[in-house]
Amino acid sequence: MSRQPYIRPVSKTTWYMRNGRYKRYMLREVTCLLVGLYSFLAIWGLAALAAGPERWGAFLKAQQLPGMFGFHLVMLIYFLVYMTFDWFKLAPKAMAVQLGEKKLPDQVIIIAHYAVWAVVSLFVFWLAGVI
Amino acid sequence: MSIRQMELEVMRYDPEQDQTPRFQSYSVPCQDDWAILDALNYVKENIDTTLAYRWSCHMMVCGSCGMMINGEPSLTCKTFIRDLPDHVRIEPLANFPIERDLVVVLDDVMEKLRMAKPFIIRKDPPPEDQEFIQSRAALYKFKQYTMCVNCMCCYAACPQYALDSSFIGPAVLTLAHRYNIDSRDQGKSERLNLLADHDGVWECSFVGACSEVCPKSVDPAAAVQQMKIDGAKEWWKQKLGGAKS
Repeated sequence: MSRQPYIRPVSKTTWYMRNGRYKRYMLREVTCLLVGLYSFLAIWGLAALAAGPERWGAFLKAQQLPGMFGFHLVMLIYFLVYMTFDWFKLAPKAMAVQLGEKKLPDQVIIIAHYAVWAVVSLFVFWLAGVI
Repeated sequence: MSIRQMELEVMRYDPEQDQTPRFQSYSVPCQDDWAILDALNYVKENIDTTLAYRWSCHMMVCGSCGMMINGEPSLTCKTFIRDLPDHVRIEPLANFPIERDLVVVLDDVMEKLRMAKPFIIRKDPPPEDQEFIQSRAALYKFKQYTMCVNCMCCYAACPQYALDSSFIGPAVLTLAHRYNIDSRDQGKSERLNLLADHDGVWECSFVGACSEVCPKSVDPAAAVQQMKIDGAKEWWKQKLGGAKS
């Protein structure tokens, strides 16, 4: 009897279409593209700021155009909300907090993340003069 | 006891005759308290004696009956007929070469298991005339990781292992972590290659599928992420230690 193990091919380009779990993972990972885009936006803003009040004013005005407004909206919902939700959900896996013989429940760690997020956001809003 | 007629679509592969695997359907009268393993045993005993698959305990302990059931890696002894539709597709565990029918080749993982050094390593001599004392808190730190039955469902779910089988993978890394955080063990430095190597923990991109399919709730993804943190700590320790000297 001869051994001839069969190796099933795996597509390097479409593997993530195999199930919903992989698709959700890719949706999370693809947010890195948005981070890249937003970095360009931040660099553009800094350059405008350095160029003087006129260019800075033009930059701010450009952000209010419908296309840019849509971009910021997508960023807010997709990147900030979805990615935050997905990562915070996974946070307890990386943080094994044990108090005596009991493991700290996952929900406590997740809620603590949201609490810190809210505090940091409020601080940033305060710094920006929004509140 | 009611009987439900089910259609099992089973992947078959005979290395002496087939170039590629094929599917064969069996109509099986299943009792409603059966697991998929019972249905496979029915096929083997009553319909087709040539069907090859692994199983042993039928109670989630031996870990040998892992297969893909409707595309999901699972123990067939734990997957009940009552939770499934009338048509079920059964394939060998994904990401492993097929030896025959539903039997896969596990040599790669067995080799990697040795690399994890899954045993207690002591630098200091063991206590004389007494056992190692371990508090319950210290035991609970790693106890969940001892539940692994090496069924390899996590490897079948891991896309990283699917794309690059040199990745050490979830179960082996979890086992290494289990010993690393055991208060009796002093062999962490000997398992450091699992942390630092290119094929080690950093190859994991945290899809988390391993933990979702684990039939014993071992949570390999948690172990791997905690190993990453340990690895990063070690790296900083070495960097800061180097800067001081």
